[in-house]
Amino acid sequence: MFESLGERLQNAVDKIKGYGKITEDNISDVVREIRLALLEADVNYKVVKEFVNNVKEKALGEEVKKSLKPGEVFVKILKDELVELLGGEKKDLNVNGNPATLMLVGLQGTGKTTMIGKLGLMLRKKYHKKPLLVACDVYRPAAIDQLKQIGRELNIEVYTEGKGNPIEISGNAIKYAKENGFDYVLIDTAGRLHIDNELMDELKNINENVNPQEILLVVDSMTGQDAINVIEGFNNTLPLTGAILTKLDGDTRGGAALSIRHLTNVPIKFVGISEKMDGIEEFYPDRMATRILGMGDLMTMIEKAEEVIDQDEALKTAKRMQKGEFDLEDFLSQLKQIKKLGPLENLLKMIPGANKMGLNNVKVNPKDMAHIEAIILSMTPQERKHPEILKASRKIRIAKGSGRTVEEVNRLLKQFEQMKQMMKQLKNGNLKMPF
Amino acid sequence: MGLFDKFKSIFSNNKSEKKELDLYANGLEKTREQFVSKLSILNHKYTKVNDIYFDELEEILIMADIGVNTVMDFIDRLKTRVKKEKIEDTKDLMEVIVDEMFIIYVNNSVIVNKINKSKDGPTVVLFVGVNGVGKTTTIGKIANKLKNEGNKVLLVAGDTFRAGAIEQLKEWGDRVDCEVVSKLEKDPASVVYDGIEKAKNEHYDYVLIDTAGRLQNKINLMNELEKINKVIGKVMPDAPHETLLVIDATTGQNGISQAKSFKDITNITGIVLTKLDGTAKGGIVLAIKESVDIPVKFVGLGEQKEDLRVFDIEKYIYGLFKDMEDLENGN
Repeated sequence: MFESLGERLQNAVDKIKGYGKITEDNISDVVREIRLALLEADVNYKVVKEFVNNVKEKALGEEVKKSLKPGEVFVKILKDELVELLGGEKKDLNVNGNPATLMLVGLQGTGKTTMIGKLGLMLRKKYHKKPLLVACDVYRPAAIDQLKQIGRELNIEVYTEGKGNPIEISGNAIKYAKENGFDYVLIDTAGRLHIDNELMDELKNINENVNPQEILLVVDSMTGQDAINVIEGFNNTLPLTGAILTKLDGDTRGGAALSIRHLTNVPIKFVGISEKMDGIEEFYPDRMATRILGMGDLMTMIEKAEEVIDQDEALKTAKRMQKGEFDLEDFLSQLKQIKKLGPLENLLKMIPGANKMGLNNVKVNPKDMAHIEAIILSMTPQERKHPEILKASRKIRIAKGSGRTVEEVNRLLKQFEQMKQMMKQLKNGNLKMPF
Repeated sequence: MGLFDKFKSIFSNNKSEKKELDLYANGLEKTREQFVSKLSILNHKYTKVNDIYFDELEEILIMADIGVNTVMDFIDRLKTRVKKEKIEDTKDLMEVIVDEMFIIYVNNSVIVNKINKSKDGPTVVLFVGVNGVGKTTTIGKIANKLKNEGNKVLLVAGDTFRAGAIEQLKEWGDRVDCEVVSKLEKDPASVVYDGIEKAKNEHYDYVLIDTAGRLQNKINLMNELEKINKVIGKVMPDAPHETLLVIDATTGQNGISQAKSFKDITNITGIVLTKLDGTAKGGIVLAIKESVDIPVKFVGLGEQKEDLRVFDIEKYIYGLFKDMEDLENGN
């Protein structure tokens, strides 16, 4: 997400860093570059205008003049302005209420139903409470089936009355939730155009009927300049409490993210980052800003690791690494842990300076990881502990067993050797980090 | 003959054409309203062509999602023409604007907006695109159209990934009375194989293949699409005869990347621009045509099975500028 926007902004920043002094003259080029970068990222035209003017004004201000390193001050200005655009402070979900009721609304195809599942799963995990999913999309063919399938997959109950009246269904669902001890009610609604008065009235009526704590607008992050019409349309009819940006794992530049809050004051609360049910992240404006500027996002990375990695296991491996006993068994278990963190390229991008190391464009095919796993699994335990015993005939057997080639087996062994070397250096304390 | 005159001659000559045009214009009404009202405000505001005029024009075009580069080049070309042809009145410029837009889209190519038919056996049409653009709905509508034209149409549920996708296509199959081939298996290529075999054996005219939505930067999913494509080619060497990329009209600059990436993997022969009944302008198709040279073949204008039109650039631009023409005539 945001890669190309980040790249272009960073280029602009690099230019500035080369200047000893920022002047009206030399900054206009950079400002133009930033303007185009934002426009190409689908940031709203008016927001771009304002943003660029603010940045320019501040860059020519006193603070920068006094500074010995105007480039760095400029980066700070840019970052602060971005954080501001993205909404400043992180806004939490309001889950007070018995049951706490959430309603998702939006255009067709933005990912509401998938997001309902993700939210349900996240709320259950985070607060250890019981969610109920409610199927109020009675129009799109098989929308109810879709929610039911998601509920089955996650083992979360789905309330449905088939193709009835969404207003009645939502009211009955709340009653059902109260009677059966559910803590959260998540209402899925049909996708609709913000100019479809009839269907917008339906949402208004559902809102009045169930009075939800949260009405969240689901926005596709690939939306262009029309985003503002959509958001204003929904916001004028309903008291929106937040927005969710979906499909941020595409190569979108996510301009909508940079426009929503500023134009409507509706905060972004979550982002969808994969098709899998755990592909949801809370939205932190400052973290997102540093990611856009290529400064990485170690906080999210660490939190994610904490969530999925088995601490004892990790500690054990770390100890073995220190002793220099790291073997292919350990490698395999590490691989399995990493897989739990989700797509590798998403992780790489959170490393500070990822762009400069060329990590931003690394594409990892999940199948490659599966192949490595297959090769290691085709070895005997003894071979995994002592890879040095692997000679031609064993390699041929492993290649056959895993359905890969001997070259691939060799490549893996070589990479493993290099890793071991690096660990030794790390142990001796003389490893130079590549960045 | 000016472009508007050309439109007028088209409309006055052909009544059914006129009817279709009205439908088109109605669907585009909301799209057009803002765009053109902005253009006309602009023209009331400025009677003389100057830099501020161009700045505002740029804003309007960018707000219509016509790609940033396309707009920048477009404005440059306009400026050159203004200089060369010594255009001063903004009213005169209007026609030039429409003319230049037309040139961007057509750009010396022959625009075909029909489905390429198979010479022998069923015509295979593959539908691809990112998530949530409306592939399944579009298949339903195109099936309806083909069916009404007297064809035997088979639908293939190649989206084996998304929850409820198969049921959704089946429901469309019921609505438009077409048979649907589906399988419980997770491998889409296998369903596709069965579908085409069936179509060949039972002499269907068209096979419409649904696929799972995939973001264009997901290598494994794009590889899967490549495999589906290969399998189709194995069952029928000249198939797919048509591969349609479905793009949501609300899509911004990302549309260009979608078109490029999908074209790398499959032989995209056309675009279906969906959800044009909202406020989005879908201007990105102009940039796509210019940079990747893929024409739009159909547009989606609603959720009903009839809400599909064959794309026609003249009508599209006319739809965008219709009010402006009225303005010109003083109506």
